[in-house]
Amino acid sequence: MELKQTAMAGTMESSDIMVTIEPKSEGGIELELTSSVMQQFGRRIEEVIRETLQGLGVENAAVNAVDKGALDCTVRARVSAAALRAAGQEEYPWEVGQ
Amino acid sequence: MEKRYVKDRLRRSMMFVPGNNPGMIADSRIYGADSIMFDLEDSVAYTEKDAARLLVYNALKTLDFGKKEIVVRINDLASGLGVKDLEAIVPAGVHVVRLPKTDSAQDVIDCEREIVRIEEKHGIPVGSTGMMAAIESANGVLNAREIAHASDRLIGIALGAEDYVTDLKTTRADGIELLFARSMILNAARSAGIAALDTVYSDVNNEEGFLAEVELIRKLGFDGKSVINPRQIGSLHRAFIPSEKDLQKAYAIMDAIAEANARGSGVASLKGKMIDRPVVIRAQRLIALAEADSAAEEE
Amino acid sequence: MMDEKYLQNIPHIDEIAHRGVFSGVPEKITDTFQNRSREKNKLLPSLEDAIRATGLRDGMTISFHHHFRGGDHVVNKVVDTLARMGFKNLTLAASSLAAVHAPLVEHIKNGVITHIETSGLRGELAEQVSRGLMDCPVVFRSHGGRAAAIRSGELHIDVAFLGAPSCDPYGNANGYSREEGGTLACGSMGYARTDAKYADQVVILTNRLVQYPNAPWAIPEYDVDYIVVEEDIGDPKGIMSGATRYTKNPKELLIAQTAANVIDAAGYLYDGFSMQMGSGGASLATARFIRQMMLDKSIRCRFALGGITGQITAMHEEGLIDRVLDVQSFDLDAAHSLKHNRFHHQIGATYYASFLSAAAVDQLDFVVLSALEIDTDFNVNVLTGSDGVIRGAIGGHPDTAAGASLSVVVAPLTRGRIPCVIDKVNTVVTPGEVVDVVVTDQGVAVNPRRPEVAERLRKAGIHVYTIEQLKEKAEALVGVPDPIRYLDRVVGVVMYRNNTIIDVIHQIDES
Repeated sequence: MELKQTAMAGTMESSDIMVTIEPKSEGGIELELTSSVMQQFGRRIEEVIRETLQGLGVENAAVNAVDKGALDCTVRARVSAAALRAAGQEEYPWEVGQ
Repeated sequence: MEKRYVKDRLRRSMMFVPGNNPGMIADSRIYGADSIMFDLEDSVAYTEKDAARLLVYNALKTLDFGKKEIVVRINDLASGLGVKDLEAIVPAGVHVVRLPKTDSAQDVIDCEREIVRIEEKHGIPVGSTGMMAAIESANGVLNAREIAHASDRLIGIALGAEDYVTDLKTTRADGIELLFARSMILNAARSAGIAALDTVYSDVNNEEGFLAEVELIRKLGFDGKSVINPRQIGSLHRAFIPSEKDLQKAYAIMDAIAEANARGSGVASLKGKMIDRPVVIRAQRLIALAEADSAAEEE
Repeated sequence: MMDEKYLQNIPHIDEIAHRGVFSGVPEKITDTFQNRSREKNKLLPSLEDAIRATGLRDGMTISFHHHFRGGDHVVNKVVDTLARMGFKNLTLAASSLAAVHAPLVEHIKNGVITHIETSGLRGELAEQVSRGLMDCPVVFRSHGGRAAAIRSGELHIDVAFLGAPSCDPYGNANGYSREEGGTLACGSMGYARTDAKYADQVVILTNRLVQYPNAPWAIPEYDVDYIVVEEDIGDPKGIMSGATRYTKNPKELLIAQTAANVIDAAGYLYDGFSMQMGSGGASLATARFIRQMMLDKSIRCRFALGGITGQITAMHEEGLIDRVLDVQSFDLDAAHSLKHNRFHHQIGATYYASFLSAAAVDQLDFVVLSALEIDTDFNVNVLTGSDGVIRGAIGGHPDTAAGASLSVVVAPLTRGRIPCVIDKVNTVVTPGEVVDVVVTDQGVAVNPRRPEVAERLRKAGIHVYTIEQLKEKAEALVGVPDPIRYLDRVVGVVMYRNNTIIDVIHQIDES
């Protein structure tokens, strides 16, 4: 997926995560994460963010995430929404199963 | 075929959860509502429809909702958003799609067509996904019977009062303004053998008003009601539990039937009065409701 | 008249305890009582004067109560003064400390305070201690444990500085004022009583001097040495709220309703029962559901114990609770009730919870307590957060859990993404052996030590999970958290109610 503009999804509410994605031409995924549960779940949240971007074919981007205790499914949703908005694209590969 | 939905089940409470609120989506599981309805329509801002869709999609695929029925209210099809919603939630595993602002049987047919297409696309057995229709206009109320019969997938029809009273050019008051709509929807639902569900009571702090409305719709014969605050669920469920007295009477009736059968007699009586078939059916329903309630608590 | 020589004529004189022969009396004070109390009393003009008069030296132990909670100004004022006067190496033994005591951090860095004994720490001070601020570990005790340690001498207090909303010139101090013009009220001064009784020297700081005698009192004059009148000893808004409101949070209400059902099903709601409600939304809300059940069953509560709120006193005034035993008043309604209701009684920490005597906690049918974390052995942590940082207080948790016939710990299964039911708690405060039932918003677990309780709950239609199942539910929702990284260094020692060491708190690893 090709990113065209900086875009954001999510809020600063409890249980949510605010994700901002900025396109980059190269250099892989640069991730800056702050979290209210950094010690306990920081590693896992970073893993989910990277996995989600990889699944969408985003290879180069500057990602800033401010987490307020979001579950994995919320992280996936917000990262996907931000990525789609950054790509200016509506189509998403919806699929069945876990 | 293993359908995702069950036509005949307890639907006393359908808890309304805004689809763009991750905290509320996660918490919705704990309050004991019979059904949970994630909303992608009116409670989600236009600019956030895409984000809400992704949130509900991911929640459906990941979170465990136990025995609850999962409903998603999609946007209407005419706007183009509704189809996008279906593309996401059908593969994600939604049990029942709630179609808003259903005006005619054609709306239901159009929606079903899209669901069939998407089920086929993903190799999901066609017919797996259920539907319900929300009726929110005068036209819709008048077409209630056709709507209720428009698809085999329909588990029920519901009244959406806010838009409806606006359409009627009146406001919500003591309930008289909804009398016709409620009656039509109830009768239409029963003629199609599906559930009749009442609208939201939005004043969460008015416990008395809420209970009065619940009592009214229960007497009319509705199966349940939408709720927007978990605090409403407990009193709603309690109102639907048969009273101890009525339950004892129902058991007595069933005992009399069993006893008559044992005697080989086709006629049963209780306290000198003959027991007619409608009486038996009501007694059976009452007992099923009471037993289903205690089973639901086990969850 | 008696003289020395005659003593030998008294048979068994050696066995008769006496202080010698009568040798006359000091000159009588003939002034009027009003003049006397104005001129010959324990008042000193300033805090410095009082400190000097007590003979306080470097290395000694000072103590404070925490009845002013987040509105306390006494600790900071006294320690600021001690710092200015050049004191060093003092041990600060407060019954608890709050976020408002953050200025202590500077005093610790400057060597004024080198050791702390308390029930809890919060805010900046707590975080700094977790990061290794102090050389000597902070000693955490329960309210009962502290009272016992003070009485036995394990915790020796040299000077107690006790704030009081009213005091007379001879030291009868109280948690409210019966005269006009009292601006502060804290209700019961239960924790202060222990300090007043056993400390070598006691200084009362009051902003409302009243006429002698300030009866009925919390602290009697014979326990008090000096009194200082200070305008600003506390902020009423921080001391107590007007009234503790019932929570409207649906999750807390769900937990509270379940807790009440558990207590009823377990058989501890009968005519003449006794109870204690902890602080915290869900445990307070449980009282509301208990009340309804009491009305439905037409039963009364013989006594309510502990930290008292307006809800409890309202039930007392309704006739539902016979006696109220108050060690700490949480709101103005409770303080008001203490002042006006004769069966609402103030008790000290020893009476409340000391393991050295039969304490009131031992007469409890049930107690409803909160928790930060609970593990699969039913151990409870109320002291450190899931990030390992100190952020709470032991309070009467282990005392009441051990004393009550049924201890019920309430907590949401998760707080946001933080699981509350886990494998091993960060800090054991209350051992699983005394925790009977855990009630969450997603299920109830009963300690295997109480099979009869589990049976009764099942009979009443309450589904009983194992504690492992609750942990798994939490993990299924939020995932398994990475363990907190600690350094080897011990920054806190946690004592069980009998003052044996039950756990330690390590410095957090910030690398």
